[in-house]
Amino acid sequence: MPAGTLYRGREGMWSWVAHRVTGVTIFFFLFVHVLDTALVRVSPEAYDDVVATYKTPLVGVMEYGLVAAVLFHALNGLRVIAVDFWSKGPRYQKQMLWSVVGVWLVLMLGAIYPVLGHAAREIWGS
Amino acid sequence: MSADTTATGSTAAISPVEGVNVFDVDHPAPLIEPPRKRTAKTPKSTRGNFEMAAWLFMRLSGVVLVVLVIGHLLIQLVLDGGVSKIGFAFVAGRWASPFWQAWDLLMLWLAMLHGANGMRTIINDYAERANTRLWLKGLLYTATVFTILLGTLVIFTFDPNIR
Repeated sequence: MPAGTLYRGREGMWSWVAHRVTGVTIFFFLFVHVLDTALVRVSPEAYDDVVATYKTPLVGVMEYGLVAAVLFHALNGLRVIAVDFWSKGPRYQKQMLWSVVGVWLVLMLGAIYPVLGHAAREIWGS
Repeated sequence: MSADTTATGSTAAISPVEGVNVFDVDHPAPLIEPPRKRTAKTPKSTRGNFEMAAWLFMRLSGVVLVVLVIGHLLIQLVLDGGVSKIGFAFVAGRWASPFWQAWDLLMLWLAMLHGANGMRTIINDYAERANTRLWLKGLLYTATVFTILLGTLVIFTFDPNIR
């Protein structure tokens, strides 16, 4: 690890790290996603074949991870905007991060059944 | 006042250090230009406000993307059976409506540009050699333009009766 990569630690730095990691993750998925959607121009069968892999349990778990990345990036992005444009934003950046984590946890709990339900039914039957 | 203060009148405040009055009303001190002042000789700035525009774009597109992407995830992964209902027929049904075509087109462009600019920032941060940065950004811009054009073409030329 190059010198100076670790900056002060705590909420400010780690939210910044998580924002980068989730952002890069989403961007690489976006490439794949545009390519798989482009298969609708090839044939209905080609598209449905690839979408079938999205319905397997393993990829279902990865979809839950994608939802986790998107929700964190979205909520923390709103926090970054508040830090930049709200006059009291920098003073409350820690409280806002813990609010982001709280809302994120609630949404992730709520997403368990809708997003992972299909994978669970695939494994254990419906 | 001590007796050896020889200066008189208005120059008293600046002269005692050297003991000699170099400047007075008839011989004023030379005017020193403020540093970095723009003059006729200054070359025109070639940088513009690109980085500021990019910073602002990240925030504006981010707010719009929160709505577009979370709505997209709700439709595709949560509502109406989640991922199990997705297929060619489902895509055909949604893209029959200009509203969802416009939604997906805007989401594609904003997400790709937002993501590409984020990747540009990360490359600038971590790729230390100029050549590495050049090649990584060249690859990034090529992939970005390709993906945006491909996605746009697919949305506009989608044919539900391809069979």
